[in-house]
Amino acid sequence: MPLSKLALIDYGIGNLRSVAKALSHVGADIDVIEEPVVLDHYTGVVLPGVGHFGACVSALRDSGFDDLIFQCIDGGIPLLGVCVGLQMLFEGSEESPDTGGLGILPGRVLRFNEGERVPQMQWNTISIVDAFVESPLLSGITNSKWMYFVHSYYAPVGDYTSAIATYGVDYSASIEREALFATQFHPEKSSKEGLKILDNFVSIATIER
Amino acid sequence: MRSIRIVPCLDIDAGRVVKGTNFIDLTDAGDPVELASRYDAAGADEIVFLDITASSSSRPITLDLLSRAASEVFIPLTIGGGIRSVDDARALLRAGADKVSINSSALARPELISEIAREFGSQCAVVAIDAKFNGSFFEVYTHGGRNATGLELGTWAKVAEKLGAGELLVTSMDRDGTKEGFDVGALRRVTELTTIPVIASGGVGKLDHFLEGAQIEGVTGLLAASVFHFGQLSIAQVKEFLTHESIVVRPA
Repeated sequence: MPLSKLALIDYGIGNLRSVAKALSHVGADIDVIEEPVVLDHYTGVVLPGVGHFGACVSALRDSGFDDLIFQCIDGGIPLLGVCVGLQMLFEGSEESPDTGGLGILPGRVLRFNEGERVPQMQWNTISIVDAFVESPLLSGITNSKWMYFVHSYYAPVGDYTSAIATYGVDYSASIEREALFATQFHPEKSSKEGLKILDNFVSIATIER
Repeated sequence: MRSIRIVPCLDIDAGRVVKGTNFIDLTDAGDPVELASRYDAAGADEIVFLDITASSSSRPITLDLLSRAASEVFIPLTIGGGIRSVDDARALLRAGADKVSINSSALARPELISEIAREFGSQCAVVAIDAKFNGSFFEVYTHGGRNATGLELGTWAKVAEKLGAGELLVTSMDRDGTKEGFDVGALRRVTELTTIPVIASGGVGKLDHFLEGAQIEGVTGLLAASVFHFGQLSIAQVKEFLTHESIVVRPA
């Protein structure tokens, strides 16, 4: 019998529940968890994040959720990071040089160039990287689809980049490595296309039991 | 790529849309959530709810409204009106708003901008500014345009940015409701002095006005109310027109 049960990590930062509401809208069975839990009950984990990189990482660590993220990575449990939830996967960010990230992906998150209006607060198109045309997260999404972005810092393009967007510079619009997925854009705020991506994640996090 | 957002604005009083609309086949034309959802489906890029009375007794209604909206509307939601503290902002953001817009309360106590930006991030701190030309400069007003402050628009915009605003929503009181087009002079004054996103508001009445607004360097969003609510123009019409005029927009 197919089973999908998601845990959305609420570590007390801003408006994180919109992601949960959008996931419910596409039919996900989702718990918003405010403290670390045993992951056995869950088939996927969602890590949202808004605001300041350092504040997010600190709040995540203070509430003990960083271990849970590492458990997902080690156990191959599907994980979806959103916005700062993508950025925190890296080693650090120019936004808060004294607070390191989770270091799951190599490199640092950088600030957009001067000359652009920052934050980027707009819809932008994504282009899917050739190696990821079969990406389960981007299934049904074609090139040049529009997603909603709000951020001042970006993750550079690397071998983990599944889709690229451009705002003065090319950067990672989405990321994929094994069961680890993340989007810089807000799928929960990207209308129909964004809901499709969330629906895809629910499928990724569905197991036969 | 830089794109222009098209942003319908709904005036809300005690949880109901005030000015009304003439969308056909709405089950409840006064329900902001149903209207916002309709605009999402029609291709709007963002929705602004302006709680025009925002009394303490109506706040629970507004929170419920946002909570419902977050379950049914999947584009960004900004709420403005009566936000006087970080606690007010927190409640609205937790209920489902993505951004809070502050106006009179930011002028009364500018540190509120920094407090909201520090607590929740600049990306959700919108400063709304109402301005009117007084013969020598664009003067900032509070309380829905009732009280003059003596402050010059560009000066206040710069201060707001410096304090941590992530976006400015600039309304020309000279143009608001006139359908004569955006106040290009007032908007230029703001965009030339700031580097954050600027939403233009007030005066839109026909397609050419959207183009004039979009062509102002630094304007990243165009807000309109009655032209959309009364069906004079559709979001799709505006976007097709702008695309034809080589302005980058997300297609409706």
